[in-house]
Amino acid sequence: MNTADQYLKAIYLVQLAEDGPAATGTLADALDVSPASVNEMIGKLEERELVEHEKYKGATLTEAGIERAREVLQTYCIIERFLCNVLEVEDFRGEAKALEAVIDDTVAERLDTIIDRRPECPDCFDAEDDACAFLQEPGTAD
Amino acid sequence: MSLGQRVADDHQLARLLQIGVVLEEVVEARAAQHYRSLSDEEQAAMDDALADLLEHAAEESAEHRERLEALIDELDAESVPFEEVEQLVAAKYGQTKPEDFDDILYDQLHGEETAYKFYDDLIAAIEDSDAEFGVDRDRLLETLRAIRAEEEDGVQDVADLMEEGA
Repeated sequence: MNTADQYLKAIYLVQLAEDGPAATGTLADALDVSPASVNEMIGKLEERELVEHEKYKGATLTEAGIERAREVLQTYCIIERFLCNVLEVEDFRGEAKALEAVIDDTVAERLDTIIDRRPECPDCFDAEDDACAFLQEPGTAD
Repeated sequence: MSLGQRVADDHQLARLLQIGVVLEEVVEARAAQHYRSLSDEEQAAMDDALADLLEHAAEESAEHRERLEALIDELDAESVPFEEVEQLVAAKYGQTKPEDFDDILYDQLHGEETAYKFYDDLIAAIEDSDAEFGVDRDRLLETLRAIRAEEEDGVQDVADLMEEGA
């Protein structure tokens, strides 16, 4: 997952939470980068027709942008589930964030053959909890 | 993994090597599952070349796993037991089972290609990193490059077999 993908995922989640365009400041906070970096990347994503940007309002994903953002979010869910349920990593959220930049879609697809992911993924992703709403963490099973 | 990403420390390196182990284990376990899933008639009808390919893939993955495990051990981390991944593969095999011999070949090709891409990116990420690791950098890279070369050969072997059958 490259940097552009991480931005698409962030815009998608902010749009869902705000029910509207993703403001530059909100994205900068979510990604822990400067507003200038956000503006630069938004410009690149606009050129690729993945995002539309309206001054003073923020960024909105195009249909192609939404499609890619959902794939990226699925890959993120696979990494989190793999870390949590297969490797039993306690800080799976933190490690998923560190690894999402270095795990390719094809690798995630292969890891997907050994994890249980819901058919509705990524709609069950809980942005506030930064994890799938159905993810069962080790030690929390009934 | 994207080019330009760097491996930051021993912890992240060990985690990535663990993922490499799991990818090898998935290839190994799926190759065995493919063979077991065939009926006696299908096994009899299976081309010797395909049977050899599955056997070789399982053996090679087991060997790669052992080499990765030796590195993980040096980093004071734990590997992922094969039995655990074998059970996970078996549990989900029904949903991801290849339909016929062509699908089996495609699945093997996908497994080899994924492993090749993973090692290729991992090597680049280590080369780009200035971090000091708990394993000798030259030996680490030498091991990963040797495994990558074998994965590349594996991709070619499956592709050749697919072409012969086409």
